[in-house]
This record gives sequence, C-alpha cells and structure tokens, in this order.
Amino acid sequence: MTGALETFFHEVNESLIMAIASIRTNKLRSILTLLGIAVGVFSIIGVMTAMGVLISSIENGMTFLGANTFQVQRTPAMMTGDPKEMVKVMNRRNITYEQALRIKESASLAKAVGIFCYLNSQKVVVAEDGKKTNPSVNVSGRDIESFLANNWIIDEGRLFSQGELNSGSHVAILGADVVKKLYPKSDPVGQTIRVDKHKYQVIGIVKSKGSVLGGDNESFVLIPLSTFFSIYGKDQGFSFKVQADAMAIDDCMEQVRGILRTARHVPPAAEDDFSIISNDSLITQFNEFTKYLKLGIIIVSSIALLAAGVGIMNIMLVSVTERTREIGIRKAIGARKINIMTQFVMEAVLLSEFGGMFGIILGIFGGNAIALLLDAQPIIPYDWVLIGFLTCSLVGIVFGVYPAWKAANLEPIESLRYE
Amino acid sequence: MNNSYVINLQQIKKIYDMGGAEEVQALRGVSVQIGKNEYVAIMGPSGSGKSTLMNIIGCLDTPTSGLYEFNSINVSEMNDNQLAKVRNKEIGFVFQTFNLLARSNALHNVELPLIYAGVSSAERKRLAHEALEHVGLGDRVHHKPNELSGGQRQRVAVARALVNRPSILLADEPTGNLDSKTGDEIMVLFEELHTQGNTIILVTHEEYIAEHAHRIIRLRDGMIEADEIVKNRKSITTE
Repeated sequence: MTGALETFFHEVNESLIMAIASIRTNKLRSILTLLGIAVGVFSIIGVMTAMGVLISSIENGMTFLGANTFQVQRTPAMMTGDPKEMVKVMNRRNITYEQALRIKESASLAKAVGIFCYLNSQKVVVAEDGKKTNPSVNVSGRDIESFLANNWIIDEGRLFSQGELNSGSHVAILGADVVKKLYPKSDPVGQTIRVDKHKYQVIGIVKSKGSVLGGDNESFVLIPLSTFFSIYGKDQGFSFKVQADAMAIDDCMEQVRGILRTARHVPPAAEDDFSIISNDSLITQFNEFTKYLKLGIIIVSSIALLAAGVGIMNIMLVSVTERTREIGIRKAIGARKINIMTQFVMEAVLLSEFGGMFGIILGIFGGNAIALLLDAQPIIPYDWVLIGFLTCSLVGIVFGVYPAWKAANLEPIESLRYE
Repeated sequence: MNNSYVINLQQIKKIYDMGGAEEVQALRGVSVQIGKNEYVAIMGPSGSGKSTLMNIIGCLDTPTSGLYEFNSINVSEMNDNQLAKVRNKEIGFVFQTFNLLARSNALHNVELPLIYAGVSSAERKRLAHEALEHVGLGDRVHHKPNELSGGQRQRVAVARALVNRPSILLADEPTGNLDSKTGDEIMVLFEELHTQGNTIILVTHEEYIAEHAHRIIRLRDGMIEADEIVKNRKSITTE
C-alpha cells in the first residue's frame, strides 16, 4: 500500500516537474493562456476584497455612526433600485420638530438625543478673503446634545452657548475638511464665513476623526438649530441621533420606535414610516445592496473563466500534437496511459493555478486600493481566495482532461514515427 | 527446452486494414525463438516486415494472430497497461533517431524508465549515474541532448535502455544516423554488452552491421527467408 502510494507520489512529482518545464519552454504562450484565468479570478477577488474592506470599515465603527448610536430619519441610508419601494419612501411624511422633541423627552433609555436638521442641497462656504470651498458642504442645524451623540470633540474654540441656541445667533462650528480648505494656515476661530449670503462667526472647530467612506464627511458647517429655522424654515424635516449604552442599544431602539410610531399615528400592523439606521442595519443594507453586484460579478467571472478554460483546452491540444513524439518515447519506455494523463492534466491545472494566483494577488491589491482611499484596514478575503484557487484548479482539470485523454490514447508506434 | 527462450514467436501474422477491402499482410506467419544472451540481427529490405516484427517483439504492437511468449508469458493477449509494464521492465529500446527528450538532460532521460517503474528518487539517481558511466558518459550527465554528439546521444539512449536491467535490448538501426566511425563505437558497446550477458536484437538493413551479430534472421515479404548462424563474425575493436 505504501509502495503504491509512493509510486503515485513519484509520478505526480515527475508530472509536476515536466509540466513546469513545459510551461517554461512556452513562456509567452503560457502567459497569454493564464492571463484569461487571471482576469476571471481578479474580478472575483477584487470585488470581494473591496466589499470586505467596506464591511469591515463599517464594522470597525469608523462610520459616521458610533458603535452605540443610531440615527432616525425619514429615508433609509441606502435604497435598492426597486421603484415601488422608492415611491413608498418618497411619500413618507417628514419627521417634525415636535416628534423629535417628544423622543428627547420620553426616550428614557437614551443617554443623549441630538436633534438636527439639514438641507437637501450642499453649499459653498466663502471665507473673508474670498477663498471658496467646493459646493459640497453640509449645513445643518444642531442642538447641544448632537455633539454628544456624534462624539464630536471641540478642538479649538467653544460650543454654542445656551444663549446663542435660544436667540438664533449667527455663529458656526466647522468640520475639519472646511478648515483645511479655507484656513490652511491661519486660525479660523473669530473669522467670518458666508453661506448663501448669510454671515456667521466661527466659534469652534470639530476635531477630525479621520476620513471615512469617501472622505467627505467632515465637510460640514454646524449652526444652532434656531438659527437654521430662522433662515431655512422649520419644515425641512428632522433627523435625530440617539446614543445609548452598549447593553441597552437594542432596547433603546425599540423604545424610540414605539414612541415615534405613536407620535406619527402609525397603525399597529403597518410598517414603520421612518428609518432607523445603526451599524448593524447599515451592514445588512449594504449586503442587500451589493447582493446583485456580487452575483453579477460571479456570473461575469464564470463566463470569463469558461472562456479561459476553452483557451487552456486549445493550448493543451496544440501541446499534445507538438509533443506526440515525446508521448511516443514515454510510452515506449513504459509509461502507462494514466502516467501520460496525469502529466497533461497536471500541466493544465498548473497553468490554470498560476493564472489563478496571479489573479488572486492582483485582486487583493486592487480591492485593497479602496482601503487605502478610505484609510481603512486592508483585508485578505481568505474564503474567496480559497474558492478562487479551487475554481481554477477545477477549470484546469475539466478543460485538461480531454487533451490529456487524447495524449494518453495515442498509439505508441504512430507517435514515435511522428515528425 | 522451450521454457528457456526469452522470445518465442509462433505463426505471428499482422494484417493492416487499409480501409475498404484493401489490406496489407505485413507478417504472414513468422515463427522464431530467441534464447538468453543471443545476439541476433533481423535483416530485410524495406517492406519486408522487419519493422512490424520489431514492434511486435517490442510490445509496441500486437499481432493479428499467432502466439507470442515473452519469458514464457503470453503477451499476445495483454492489455495496454500490461504491455507498458513489459516495455518498461523487460525491453530496452534503442532507436535510429535516439528519441531522447530534448528538454531533459542525460541523467533525467536515463531516469525516465525508473520513474515509470516507481523507483525512489535517490535510487533512481544512483542507477542512472551508474548506467551513464557504464556507457562512458559519466562526465556528461547534466548535458542536454543538443549539447551532445550523435554518438553520445546514442550512448545515452543505450544507458536508458539498460537502466531497468531488461531481458532484451532491442535496437532499430542504431547506427543509421551516425557516421561509420561513431557507428563502430556503438557496435563495440553492443559487443561489450553482449559479452556481459545481455540479449541483443538488432534490426538493420546493412549487411556490415548485421555481421557483428551471432545470428541473422532474414525477412522477405513478411516471411522468414533465412535464419543463419554467422560463421565469420566481424570482430570489432575500438581501433
């Protein structure tokens, strides 16, 4: 038994050596062939790595949501392309200030409830010296608890005073990206900025948390809620962000949901007419959102791998013809059919696996480019690496078997005479 | 007595079906016995069936009818894998065109039969080295065929043929692609191998080469025309 095993091992080893030698002899041809496999595997691994980075970046709490916070707003964070769903969401009523205040008063499990109101459009912010930002700044009205709920720390300057909040003063606190753009060298506190012809005095800066998901999150101007009302009106629709203890976050979410349903008169059997966004719900939504993308990539890659497999088969058939004489020699000195079979299948599998490894490496680098953009932790999707590797081995076997079978069944005399 | 023959052919016929009603009778009933340590030359003009006979003796081909016993074992009814095993262990081929693997060095070429015989790597290396030294190429083991002269290539082929210690050495026009001096060197090698106890079967159309053998079997039109002992053997020396 061990003898047979040993013999098998030698044969596989020999096939391996011969296969490598043959691939090396036909370098260009081999590279072109394995490129097909590499492209197929690259697209799978690349996309899966990118997805993995996004998900882990959400999981790591590097999102605009802290680990123990959730946000309540009219519309969900992400929407699938389903038009019925979109119409339903668009027809939802705004969350009113009164409803938001009711949450603040009644949500006993919440540590902090920050109410805020923002514009649907983004603005240009102009400094005194005429410097402008891109029209990508979010202007929002905030109450004091918003800073707690968002984990915002004032880096320089100060928070809104109670007086400013009550009176609707034209004061503003800036996000790090706005500061970077308008005041690269000078101190912004005390300066005046202009948004939509309205002037604000800068009183503070929010400490940067590092950019997340695209990097534009710290491009914001915060003004007191009352100021926002007086300029943009009270009918913009409110969102609020709730911070709770890690232990109680699920209970708190239920509590808030109950209060808001009552306040908005949602019938008992009907679904919520508002969206609660938490890290978990973001991940779930993200997965839902990317499900079809993943499926699409898998289908496209499968087609690419199929085409690459046909390429491998083609090149193997050429190789068998070219090496007819070699096959004859091997047979004359005692190679059995299974030996020849093993050798050629091995060659196809190796070719395919080289391509696969190439694709895996490229895919990991390509997919992690997004991690670099997001400043997130790079990842290696081990499960997909394994799946990719096994798939291309399978492609090698499936498309290598016929040429190998053809080689194994050549007549020794005929092949020895082959010129 | 019959049992001591290495090769025992009884009424071997080989008919090639050329498609349609046409068929070619390459062998029309050949009966030959070859004993251990014989040095036999098979001769005949082209079309005489000598190649077909060699292929059958070499287990590369099976006869249409007749009995072929190799060391008293009936090989005429063996399947492909069994024939491969006989070729591997019992027969050493030497071809006119050397038939070495161009991409492999001498050592690996000689190792090849041992690989298919399932010999371990270390043992393989040792035996292959030994075989190459035996044919005088101990210093050429890592050369590829294109780095060797014709005569050296044929020596590698002989080393490969002998490495599994086969029952017969089957040579098909072994000097056909060599100049006469190098050809003579190969014939000297064969002579030595015969002296050492090897059984050699030589297929050739050159009288000059055949006369080195001890016995000549002449074929014509698929039949044995003559089977004679060589009386005045050409003794051959390196000079």
